[in-house]
Amino acid sequence: MELFKKTATELSSMLKAKEISAVELTNDILARTDAVESKVQGYVTVTADAARKQAEAVDAKRAAGQELSDLAGIPVAIKDNICTKGILTTCASKMLYNFNPPYNATVMEKLAAHDIVMTGKANMDEFAMGSSCENSAMHPTHNPHDLNRVPGGSSGGSAAVVAAGEVPLSLGSDTGGSIRQPASFCGVVGLKPTYGAVSRYGLIAFASSLDQIGPFGRSVEDTAMLFDAITAHDPKHDSTSVKTPFEGTTYSNLSADMKGKKIGLPKEYFSEGISEEVRKNVLAAAETYKSLGAEVFEISLPLSEYALPIYYILSSAEASSNLARFDGVKYGYRTKNADEDLISLYTKSRSEGFGEEVQRRIMLGTYVLSSGYYDAYYKKARAAQRKIKAEFASAFEKCDAILTPVAPTTAYTIGSKTTNPLEMYAGDICTVSVNIAGLPAMVQPCGFDSNKMPIGMQLIGPRFGEQTLLNAGYAFEQASGLKNIIAEL
Amino acid sequence: MKYQAVIGLEVHAELSTESKIYCSCSAKFGADINTHTCPVCTGMPGALPVLNKQVVHYAAKMGLATGCTVNRLCKADRKNYFYPDLPKAYQISQFDVPICENGEVFFYVDGEKKSCRLERIHFEEDAGKLLHDEIDGTVVDFNRCGVPLIEMVTKPDLHSSAEAKEFLEMIKTTLSYLDICDCKMEEGSIRCDVNVSIRPEGSNEFGTRVEMKNINTFSGAVRAIDYEIARQIEVVENGGTIQQETRRWDDVKLKNTVMRTKEDAQDYRYFPDPDLIAVEIDDEWYKQIESEIPELPISRYERYLNEYGMTAMESRQLMDSYSKASLLDAAAASGKVKPKAAANWILSDISKYLNDKELELENTKLTAEKLVDLICLIDAGTISGAAGKKVLVQLFETDETAEQIVERLGLKQVSDEGAILTLVKQVLDSNPKSIEDYKAGKKNVTGFLVGQCMKASKGQGNPQIINKLLAQELAKL
Repeated sequence: MELFKKTATELSSMLKAKEISAVELTNDILARTDAVESKVQGYVTVTADAARKQAEAVDAKRAAGQELSDLAGIPVAIKDNICTKGILTTCASKMLYNFNPPYNATVMEKLAAHDIVMTGKANMDEFAMGSSCENSAMHPTHNPHDLNRVPGGSSGGSAAVVAAGEVPLSLGSDTGGSIRQPASFCGVVGLKPTYGAVSRYGLIAFASSLDQIGPFGRSVEDTAMLFDAITAHDPKHDSTSVKTPFEGTTYSNLSADMKGKKIGLPKEYFSEGISEEVRKNVLAAAETYKSLGAEVFEISLPLSEYALPIYYILSSAEASSNLARFDGVKYGYRTKNADEDLISLYTKSRSEGFGEEVQRRIMLGTYVLSSGYYDAYYKKARAAQRKIKAEFASAFEKCDAILTPVAPTTAYTIGSKTTNPLEMYAGDICTVSVNIAGLPAMVQPCGFDSNKMPIGMQLIGPRFGEQTLLNAGYAFEQASGLKNIIAEL
Repeated sequence: MKYQAVIGLEVHAELSTESKIYCSCSAKFGADINTHTCPVCTGMPGALPVLNKQVVHYAAKMGLATGCTVNRLCKADRKNYFYPDLPKAYQISQFDVPICENGEVFFYVDGEKKSCRLERIHFEEDAGKLLHDEIDGTVVDFNRCGVPLIEMVTKPDLHSSAEAKEFLEMIKTTLSYLDICDCKMEEGSIRCDVNVSIRPEGSNEFGTRVEMKNINTFSGAVRAIDYEIARQIEVVENGGTIQQETRRWDDVKLKNTVMRTKEDAQDYRYFPDPDLIAVEIDDEWYKQIESEIPELPISRYERYLNEYGMTAMESRQLMDSYSKASLLDAAAASGKVKPKAAANWILSDISKYLNDKELELENTKLTAEKLVDLICLIDAGTISGAAGKKVLVQLFETDETAEQIVERLGLKQVSDEGAILTLVKQVLDSNPKSIEDYKAGKKNVTGFLVGQCMKASKGQGNPQIINKLLAQELAKL
């Protein structure tokens, strides 16, 4: 029946009308996974048996006449840095190769309440550090549109399995672009919510002040539907969680009306560092908005050039502290080669358990927090962060959303950037500001390059501007027809 | 040469909140190993802290009671270091902006009033406990992990172990007055680190300071300080110099040894905890905290000493117990009894009863009103002092008033002279031998005869009247 080709919204209607059962859907999805996963390798763990059981339970509930969520029975893949009780959660690291969390992340509790069917844990760059999914200690993930290319990262697995039709929806996390850049590379929709809109409880922290969980889908509607299910104020578990004005209502409030909407194009995001094909397609999207009645104009965000250093200082500083708990004492990897002393246990467990990129960031973060360097790096970065926030705030006095490229290029070939970390970091130029400012941003496909690789565009909104972004994305999707793109495999 | 010691203290007190500082686990002491734990306090990946506001409340209370300025915006910082009892490998503490700053604590040493300034008070989480088992090696008990602490850091204002001890005692008494700490030394609810340096007497310069850790009791602090002062003097006298270092006190061997030198000093890489947002103490909350500060121990002490005419020791004993001193104040406030009379009851019979039964005052049924009634009954001669002691026991244990107890036990004193005279005469008649003795000059038989009269009155005869009438009758012989 090729149910895997349908969007979550379509599947939801079919399930509700009892045209299909959750078990049928799950089996179809798992069959697709069987067929293509060996090529894509988007998962760390496929939880097929548990998925079938969950699907059976949903069918039983529906048969019993229970009122169910729109998402009931819909398969969802979960990034492997989100804690799932009793189910392996590795962060794609040797350090957590055997870690079964004793508790569920808040988002997992939310999804369970919506009766979703979890298909598995998606691959990622180790501890979400990376932009290509090549830093996974398990295996690299391949871009379903060209298996020789990277899917982007760090949520590369989450994006790839959606693009490959292995699942209609997934969750990722975004610290500096980790949802948006892989969404762009894989031709799917990805939403990075306002900081605090989704509870971080149970998300294994990379950089606490920047991390956000967000949804992937193959359409804006699907993405909104999953977003609604995970947005919730969580004051008991996450102090940085906030109450949003749109909690659970973005899907039902979707509107494609762009008349009178103001869209800013920040000139700094279209500079020479951005490839011609990417620039052309994003500017074409701007034209589409004009034709839909929106007002489109150039703006300037001059502080953008400082975003990368600010990001790498703040995120590495927090990471160096957040990842200190992986010490070989309590859970996860412990060296077998430790000498009698404690320091040896720590040093060897961490040196053997963490990959190269993670170690690089821990050292960078430790350095910027060190006595004597703190003021020059960390403190200064925090001060600069406030300025970036202010710059965005004043930009949003003039426009409803900001349209930009997502990455300088489309997906590159596997191995082409692994030797130069700085080049890899530079790829985050268009995405990190959003995290620094705590803003929402959405990525969706706006075209293809000459290699038929997807090109994404990014819409940035003001704090709590998710509805505006989803509406704008919905309007573009309808106008362009660029939706539900499944890679041929 | 004569030397002056300069001492500063870092006192840690565990706060007696129901739950831990950043999760909802119980903060109570003494549970089975690793039963008061959850993903948050065991540092599970992905778990996040949420501040227990009671901790802010208690810490601010201590600040206000010690004259500190309270910083209304409370932020938390991470102190990063590796140790197996610290599951996150960082302690959530406060660094550059502690909740309280610039306080002062007053206390008496040998009748002289002294003070020690507090540099800061901050709140933080306690670490777990390593249990070294001979068979299984070392295991970690995370029950204590996340139990809230306040750390109080003094200025180097103390100059002897005696001053340090009295300061510590005053901190402990203040904590107990505020009801924010169990103050059980044996459970580690108050611990302290000591900084000691010496300088030639009269000098204003500071010497190199040595920090001492592993001090678990106040008396241990005294021993550790005395040892360290003597050690430093010896080093200097022998031409050596004091090294800036941290030394571990061994209260069994009564000596300290080097733990780490200045070169090994750790860089804790403090930075604001991004998992927590600043909590503001608004005006309403601040006023609430302020309203909960009782009269401070030192003020009570001085009132007892100067206004109630008690001795320093009596005043101190009363001050030390918030509940006893409160009982005294309430009794005195009735205006019906002399404070000194109430104090005598509290320091003697009431304290003895509580000690014998191992009870706290608040766990008995004795109230100030009942105590006042009791004293009034004795003052009015309705009952004897001896009967009063019997009544007191009932006041602790029953809901009855003093009058009801006197009635029930038939303890009312007989002061009717006619009735007592009859009784005295009967006693004299039945004790001819005593009369013989009296006549032979053995005046001490009087005591025996008084006792016989009391016995004949079943203890209810007014002893003064018995004495008077007996003397009168004996004189007639």
